[in-house]
Amino acid sequence: MDQLYREAIIDHYKHPRRKGHLAEPDIHYHDTNPFCGDEVTIELKVEDGVVVDAAFDGRGCAISQASASMMMEEIIGMSVEELRQWGKEDILDMLGIEIGPVRLKCALLPLKALKAGLWGLEEWPE
Amino acid sequence: MTTQALSPDFAQKLTEIRAQFPVLERQVHGKPLIYLDNAATTQKPLSVIQALDEYYRRYNANVHRGVHTLSEEATGAYENARLRVARFINAPSPKQVIFTRNATESINLVAHTWGRANLGPGDEVLITEMEHHSNIVPWQILQEQLGFTLRHIPLTDQGTLDLSQLDGLVNERTKLVSFVHVSNVLGTVNPVARLVEAAQAVGAKVLIDAAQSVPHMPVDVQALGADFVVFSGHKMAGPTGIGVLYGRRELLEAMPPFLGGGDMIREVKLSGSRWNTLPYKFEAGTPSIAQGIGLGAAVDYLNQVGVDWIWEHERALVRYAYGRMSQVEGLRILGPGPEERGGLIAFTLEGVHPHDLAAILDMDGIAIRAGHHCAQPLHDRYGMVASARASFYLYNTLEEVDKLVAGLEKAVDVFAL
Repeated sequence: MDQLYREAIIDHYKHPRRKGHLAEPDIHYHDTNPFCGDEVTIELKVEDGVVVDAAFDGRGCAISQASASMMMEEIIGMSVEELRQWGKEDILDMLGIEIGPVRLKCALLPLKALKAGLWGLEEWPE
Repeated sequence: MTTQALSPDFAQKLTEIRAQFPVLERQVHGKPLIYLDNAATTQKPLSVIQALDEYYRRYNANVHRGVHTLSEEATGAYENARLRVARFINAPSPKQVIFTRNATESINLVAHTWGRANLGPGDEVLITEMEHHSNIVPWQILQEQLGFTLRHIPLTDQGTLDLSQLDGLVNERTKLVSFVHVSNVLGTVNPVARLVEAAQAVGAKVLIDAAQSVPHMPVDVQALGADFVVFSGHKMAGPTGIGVLYGRRELLEAMPPFLGGGDMIREVKLSGSRWNTLPYKFEAGTPSIAQGIGLGAAVDYLNQVGVDWIWEHERALVRYAYGRMSQVEGLRILGPGPEERGGLIAFTLEGVHPHDLAAILDMDGIAIRAGHHCAQPLHDRYGMVASARASFYLYNTLEEVDKLVAGLEKAVDVFAL
């Protein structure tokens, strides 16, 4: 386990980027992981199929909140079509850690909320 | 340090106990395993592991029907284990000790046999707000099918049953009062006598979920006065896959069977079948023979150590842990004070999510549990979704508590906002 990436997660957890709300979001979606109490709200501003602004709100474990914070930074400037292809591997690469099955849902919650908000996809990303 | 508080005999006994549990030699992430998740499942002594091994090596055979030597030996060992379990809980007869897969299955058995035959619209079943899901969900499933009312005793802010409304909650419509003996989250030891008395006054039956009591304290089912008592083998140093339903004789005789198949019948004709006698009426198919024998060995081991000793040891651990954990900044313990609880402590730590806490403790070899511990209504009551839980058993030490507290303080440093 890479110590450097672990510190990045703690950093994003303690100092989340883009935490808050957008003035007039195009997408607003709230989701929870009922088993551990993680919750996350994703807001996006999309122009011409590209994410131009993003914000998240939420509370929960460090993995879920850091995942949200990191994702908000990553997706600025991405096309929604590219985002549609995002899955488990992209999140794990982004977080830079190996994760067991129990914590995987924590890491995937923000992506799940994003996909549900954009396309109404309710399943857990793979 | 802390061992000075223990007499040499005690320290010696604890060392001898720990030597019986091979898993305690394990290292996790390069650190010695500190196993504090006993409410989830317990570790097994050599004698239990050897009993399973010997069964499969020497006398594995199907039980009850064979005439050959191995079958007789297997049957003898399995039924002798049942007898020792019956003695362990002071059941009047081993015929009243039904082997199931676990406490959850035992409760489902009662629900789908006694429940189906005795519950209908206008009847009430009373549980509590602190129950494990195994003593909530079967009644919810049954309620939808049979139309009775499911009610619950609420909790006080201190984590005990709020008995102020008990007279209303236990009334002439109440057919069953079903409650946990020791809470797997709060550690609360419930007032069995009071609840049994209230139930008996209205002719209601009583089921006690003893999953967290039988392994940790002397339990006498006759003295408790309950109609049904359930517990699981794997929570009492026994194998997984074996549990117990104890029931009052006349109730078990009257109940229709649970699962149908071989062994639970006396005679099968295509036109109809006759049920077998107790306990076999409720044990369909080839039983968990090895696991039953393993549970017998676990009971022998617990008797050898002394269940009284185990209870006192856990009291000492929980007193010490409660005191030390109360000093950790931002730590909130769920449930009553140290003198009124069994050997477990569930808690929250401000700024540190239970999953993160469990993950960071795991890096130091410490195993605790994080989540809702199969008690979501209880967590709802206290305004939370998840908590962390450290739960003790006979092989845990005060030094392990010190390591836990050091780990909690480290987690606060790493995670707290």
